[in-house]
Amino acid sequence: MSQTGALGKDLVGLESLSREQIVAILDTAEPFKEISERRIKKVPVLRGKTIVNLFFEASTRTRVSFEFAEKRLSADTVNISSTGSSVAKGETLVDTARNLEAMRIDMVVIRHGSSGAAGFLADRIPSNVVNAGDGAHEHPTQGLLDMLTIRDRMGRIGGLKVCIVGDILHSRVARSNIYGLLKLGAEVAVCGPPTLLPRSFGELGVRVFPRVEEAIQWADVLNVLRLQLERMEAGYVPSLREYNRIWGISSERLEKAPRDLLILHPGPMNRGVEIDSDVADGPHSVILNQVTNGVAVRMAVLYLLSGGQPEKAEAAKGGGEA
Amino acid sequence: MSARTLLRGGRVVDPSQKLDGVRDLMLADGMVAALAPELEAGPDTRVIECGGLVVTPGLIDAHVHLREPGDEHKETIASGARAAVAGGFTSVLAMPNTNPPIDDPATVGFVLAEGRRAGAARVYPVGCISAGRAGERLALVGEMVEAGAVAITDDGSPVMDSGLMRLALLYAQAFGIPVADHPEDLTLSARGHMNAGLVATRLGLPGKPNAAEDAHIVRDLLLAELTGGHIHLQHVSTAFGVEMIRQAKSRGVRVSAEATPHHLILTDEAVEGYRTEAKMNPPLRTRADVDAVRSGLGDGTLDTIATDHAPHHYDEKEAAFTDAPNGIVGLETALGLVLTHVVDEGILDLTAMVERMSCQPAKVFRLPGGTLAPGSVADITVFDPDARWVVDPKAFRSRSRNSPFAGWELRGQVRRTIVGGRTVFEG
Repeated sequence: MSQTGALGKDLVGLESLSREQIVAILDTAEPFKEISERRIKKVPVLRGKTIVNLFFEASTRTRVSFEFAEKRLSADTVNISSTGSSVAKGETLVDTARNLEAMRIDMVVIRHGSSGAAGFLADRIPSNVVNAGDGAHEHPTQGLLDMLTIRDRMGRIGGLKVCIVGDILHSRVARSNIYGLLKLGAEVAVCGPPTLLPRSFGELGVRVFPRVEEAIQWADVLNVLRLQLERMEAGYVPSLREYNRIWGISSERLEKAPRDLLILHPGPMNRGVEIDSDVADGPHSVILNQVTNGVAVRMAVLYLLSGGQPEKAEAAKGGGEA
Repeated sequence: MSARTLLRGGRVVDPSQKLDGVRDLMLADGMVAALAPELEAGPDTRVIECGGLVVTPGLIDAHVHLREPGDEHKETIASGARAAVAGGFTSVLAMPNTNPPIDDPATVGFVLAEGRRAGAARVYPVGCISAGRAGERLALVGEMVEAGAVAITDDGSPVMDSGLMRLALLYAQAFGIPVADHPEDLTLSARGHMNAGLVATRLGLPGKPNAAEDAHIVRDLLLAELTGGHIHLQHVSTAFGVEMIRQAKSRGVRVSAEATPHHLILTDEAVEGYRTEAKMNPPLRTRADVDAVRSGLGDGTLDTIATDHAPHHYDEKEAAFTDAPNGIVGLETALGLVLTHVVDEGILDLTAMVERMSCQPAKVFRLPGGTLAPGSVADITVFDPDARWVVDPKAFRSRSRNSPFAGWELRGQVRRTIVGGRTVFEG
């Protein structure tokens, strides 16, 4: 049965979390980072807990990251992948929730193509639910790992200028970043083709840059989003080549910046579209640090949702090598 | 001589006679026989005491989806007609987006026959504008009217082809029926699931902008002006749309328009939490739009209140937001919602409410009813204006329960619904 800890029952999004809760997750992730550096990468924090990774949408990085986090905390995990028509998904979701409930699992990690799907599940089962991305709504663990990576490198988040670049309209990563970063005192901007950037984003308290040159002049940190091929097919941008030419992050563009910019990307990258390889592989890219931090952040979330206390994380994971 | 019925001592509100006062109402042979401050009950007269109750011409809902044929798990003509009389409606207009659609005289006849068999509210079929609701060429409009259709619409879908809409507005004039349209430019809205705006952005849901509705309202007004035809604009939800209708009326364009209780009361914030009971089309809009729809209803720009009663099975609504269908049920909550949130909030007085819910729909669609003048049909709604009740979807006569108003406390409860002189509902 589920526990209720410092985060409440579920992690559906960052919009509903307090600043203190977000800081608690980031701080709890710190001691968990070290587990992945050990020879034997396993601690008994979630021993006896059963976790279902319920992925209705294709995902490699996020699913594997959650699975490593779960296994390194000694949870028993099951992966369910499902794809199908949107209506079939909706029907499946209700029944899946009931079936999971009947199997007395402890936690569900859900990825779903419909905005609101994680909260929908969370409202219907007593298990803890972690949102691994729901439609264009939120992807809270991505937002958290982005913040942890920024904090690692810059030493702080408050006062930094962070610009999210790309397809803002369809991006759950953008939304989770905006909510989290604003709560931690950063200034946030969004930049992208106006077809992919609804005007109402301005009402969320962020700056809006239609052109990336202005964003580069302004920002300390760029979080570069993937441009999906479907967006071109749906006519939001005329071509990927043109997208790269106007909004792509290249070293030529970055050289004009008044300061070195930290470069993040949630992956998977389209090299040569939204980001050029020399930037992705360059000295200011923390793209792989994000991946490493993803495991630690997800361990922290699972630990806290299972009732763990932030200040006891160090003790819970044990000292050195087992 | 058949039995007579006397409704005694009720407050009779009948805008068609500019009447608001305590009257006795005598019914005989399905008609209103007499209306006077005091009437004698004969030995064969059944007397129904109406002291403290409001007696009005029967309410008419010109926009309901009865789902039959095709989706009887959501609603049937019989269950919908019973829900109607429980909500005080004596007549409803059944939209043609059924499966198969109501696009030929045989289906019109089926809906009429099922409506009569139900023996509750009068059910008037509305035929399709286009054959198969495909939006390509006119349906058998003349034959459907001969079979009993009272209007045409492709409701559920807009008519995207402006040329077809022009032809419909011309052709319908031969039969004296209005062309009703669900105004929406799908090229602007087809990806949307709620109102475009801040709430949609926050929830990560694709939006339908007001411009999608505005563009088609303007188009329809231009075509009505061009053709001289009568356009009836369904469920108007935008501030700009209301203003365009107001201006068109002042130019003399033959336009009538309706407002739904939900667009008069709720904003897109009701969607918060991905509540599928608040998902409908047109979507719930912003406060500025709600205020404009309210003032449009108040000043008569919007002629009628219609529910857009759209039953869906709970399985279909119990889904992720983007997977859930549009629409809410409305027949059994409309009167209470309007009394509590439109009349009590000063938008309409009781007379104007009866006007919008009975007289105007009768006039727009040329139906019997909408008046209690002696010699007219005895379609009558009797309600207790002071009774308070709590909306409980489980108690609905409708087969569906998809209402965003569950748990709301409302004023005004239907006590008796009379159709053709016969009591078809007592509450």
